[in-house]
Amino acid sequence: MKQVILTIEQNKELAANAYEMVLSGDVSAVTAPGQFVNIQLPGRYLRRPISVCDCEQGKLTLIYKVLGEGTADMTKMQPGTKLDVLTGLGNGFDLTRAGDRPVLIGGGIGIPPLYWLAKELIKTGKIPAVVLGFNSKDEMFYVEEFRKLGCEVTVATADGSYGIKGYVTSAVNEGFSQYYSCGPSPMLKAVHALPLSGQLSLEERMGCGFGACMGCSIKTKDGYKRVCKDGPVFDKEELPW
Amino acid sequence: MVDLRTTLCGIELDNPVIPASGTFGYGREFSDLYDINILGTFSFKGTTKDPRFGNPTPRIAETSSGMLNAVGLQNPGVDKVISEELPAMTKFFHKPVMANVSGFSVEDYVYTCEKLDKEPQVGWLEVNISCPNVHGGGMSFGTDPKSAAEVTAAVKKVTAKPVIMKLTPNVTDIVSVAKACQDAGADGISLINTLLGMRIDLKTRRPLLANNTGGLSGPAVFPVALRMVWQVARAVVIPVVGMGGVSTARDVLEMMMAGASAVEVGAANLTDPFACKKIIEALPEEMEKLGISSLREIIGTAC
Repeated sequence: MKQVILTIEQNKELAANAYEMVLSGDVSAVTAPGQFVNIQLPGRYLRRPISVCDCEQGKLTLIYKVLGEGTADMTKMQPGTKLDVLTGLGNGFDLTRAGDRPVLIGGGIGIPPLYWLAKELIKTGKIPAVVLGFNSKDEMFYVEEFRKLGCEVTVATADGSYGIKGYVTSAVNEGFSQYYSCGPSPMLKAVHALPLSGQLSLEERMGCGFGACMGCSIKTKDGYKRVCKDGPVFDKEELPW
Repeated sequence: MVDLRTTLCGIELDNPVIPASGTFGYGREFSDLYDINILGTFSFKGTTKDPRFGNPTPRIAETSSGMLNAVGLQNPGVDKVISEELPAMTKFFHKPVMANVSGFSVEDYVYTCEKLDKEPQVGWLEVNISCPNVHGGGMSFGTDPKSAAEVTAAVKKVTAKPVIMKLTPNVTDIVSVAKACQDAGADGISLINTLLGMRIDLKTRRPLLANNTGGLSGPAVFPVALRMVWQVARAVVIPVVGMGGVSTARDVLEMMMAGASAVEVGAANLTDPFACKKIIEALPEEMEKLGISSLREIIGTAC
């Protein structure tokens, strides 16, 4: 973990309620897809934990959803603004588990960390299949970006306004070696029930984001784990769901 | 050269800055970030007789200039703290540590304190009779002078180490609780634990915390904490450890002028993991600006 000052390069709306922020500066502590950063916002006491969507050549891409007052403030931030950021938090996905035919299953604002993961998997010679779930067509983002990487992308929308009508799990076919998933908790529980081994990235309200306060503890088969420090990525087998 | 040293219950500290229990774990996460031997000491995570998972999540909510927590004393239990955490700690912390103890009965407190009394690394026992986030114990001992005295006297019987009673601000008359602890043999008083509060999620129309209520900390509580430290310091002769919303070197100086011999820093560690290091580094300059040559000379100047 490193505390650094990063500069906003770009901050734009991607889809309904979803924004993309590009930050530049010392991002050397960010080492694995699935990690997150924790951003101090002016006038807010606790930091905002946001997963890393991409990290390349000193630039960090984050995609965030407006959930409350803090993230609403973020949408108004201009390029050039400097932010105090704790970087390189959490464990990240384990690429060695991928097997021959990995599938990435993302829902809504859980999709961003899967983008960098896809890029890293491709570097190891494995092009993952990608299944993305959204509430509706107007909330869709990054579908083309995944396609540009060479991934076969299936989209499911809850209201049927684009792609398959329904949930991501109905779009996951057989023949995959492993899944990597991130998304809202009901989706993760449904993914967990698939007859396939995988890794899931969880979300919890956090105090510190680096393992000190026990604010985000969950029960696992190996006892108590902190989502921020021992996770956010957990093996399917660890979770007693 | 300014003198940052202070004394707490007969043990000299290099400086008065002490990370507060529940914001510093058992030191591990912070020792990866900086040499935590620069601290006066630290108060480790509230430890109970048995392991505890704590409350369901969400356990954390933000407030204006502060936060609520309802962690609920998650800890591995005293046996594991002694067999795993303390031996690990010797590798990165070489000063006496403050052992924070909580319980659900007088017997619980006695059991845990008796075990920690035998650990050479433990310098002080900070007995938490003030946790607002657990039921059937914790704060209930600290809201009644008689119960507070009972815990104090029982713990004093099983330890030779200095006993610091950590008090809750959620009382009508904190001075009477502090005095009761002193009369029962306490070697020091620390205060304040968090103030009971709550937030409601406007979308779900339900309390934001799974525990409904939680403890408020952060800069929002500093003036309340300062006032209570001052009230207690004026009323007792034993040393007082001040805490509650301390975030800067200037806050530390105010706390000491209010009567604190040492100062704990809590929530600030969570928003900035380097908070205590920054405070310690900023103290000499602030003291020089204010013409303070030794911290000992300012303890209780406002009392």
